[in-house]
Amino acid sequence: MSLPRLTLFLASALLAASAFGATPDTPLTLDIKDRGFVPQELPLPAGVKVELIIRNQDALPAEFESYDLSREIVVPAHGQVKVYIGPLDAGRYRFFNDFYQSAEGWVVVAATGK
Amino acid sequence: MLATLVVVFREAIEAALIIAIVMGASRGIPGRGRWVLAGIALGAVGAGLVALFADALSNAFSGSGQPLFDAGILLAAVGMLAWHNIWMSSHGRAMAAEVREVGKAVQGGGRPLTALMVICLVAIMREGSEVVLFLWAIATGGGGGWGMVAGGFVGLACGVLLGVFIYRGLLKIPMRHFFTVTGWLVLLIAAGLAAQAASFLNQAGLLPALGNSLWDSSRLLDQGSLAGQMLHVLVGYTARPSGIQLLFYGLTLVAIFVPMQLMARRHHDHGRGHKR
Repeated sequence: MSLPRLTLFLASALLAASAFGATPDTPLTLDIKDRGFVPQELPLPAGVKVELIIRNQDALPAEFESYDLSREIVVPAHGQVKVYIGPLDAGRYRFFNDFYQSAEGWVVVAATGK
Repeated sequence: MLATLVVVFREAIEAALIIAIVMGASRGIPGRGRWVLAGIALGAVGAGLVALFADALSNAFSGSGQPLFDAGILLAAVGMLAWHNIWMSSHGRAMAAEVREVGKAVQGGGRPLTALMVICLVAIMREGSEVVLFLWAIATGGGGGWGMVAGGFVGLACGVLLGVFIYRGLLKIPMRHFFTVTGWLVLLIAAGLAAQAASFLNQAGLLPALGNSLWDSSRLLDQGSLAGQMLHVLVGYTARPSGIQLLFYGLTLVAIFVPMQLMARRHHDHGRGHKR
């Protein structure tokens, strides 16, 4: 019964919310090389939403995943994808390659002097 | 081999948990086995296709194709779980009675068989496509061969075994409470999947985060641990949830629970006049 209604509700919620999807400043880039991340520490300003381009230089697929950031995206061989991150509080947020779990990195958000 | 085993097992658990609970929740609906199997088969085909076209999918919507696709299929699964649960809330009592008297077919049109199929399809397709890509990464990375194949099979077998184990465990619940328990399980899974969908939409820049890391319970229960991962599937456990995830979680709970209660009450009043 409420399936169409639910769909409609979710669709309208999405539409309303997309107005909030403000475009942030210049995108940051993160490379995947030999299954690892370059750079391993990605500095990010606090309190802003940023666009992150992840480029895979390898001939193997990788998966950028982070429990700390609730992010999960497959990066195909020689492909590139886009994720939005933030706004974040100061701290270190771990991410890893789910297809090669020893490869990890951190998003580092520095504390702003208040 | 061990690495492959662990990864395949982890992905298999997620699908196995969902399928086991769906199998429990649909107990007594005639023909459900076939539909669930169809969902699993279609999901396997879908997983292959998603992995094969991972490139095209990633490039779609200027690099956000994948999270949008994930969010879409997750929300479809949430809709199907909602349909199933709301249907069950008006038929559950009769079904429980009829499961006891084995052999009687459940009457009532619009049985949510398609829902069962779609839920299993989505579960297998999501986890399966990652497994395919992962195995591909291992194979092309020089770690292929029999070790990988063996690891994959053992990992999958362990996942299936866990699913069977959980299903058998569910069946031990007394019939009186059976559909109440499975109803709650389905409700919580649906809310968790909706929260995941919210996180994908936020990842694609379509929804605001409404606050990242509203709390951090990763020290208490690491989301990457086995328990953390199982709870992630079962109740949507997230160690550092964002506001939008919580919002979707809560809204989905209400959006399914309220119609469930209404249907149950209506059916109950209805049933007083003439016993089905």
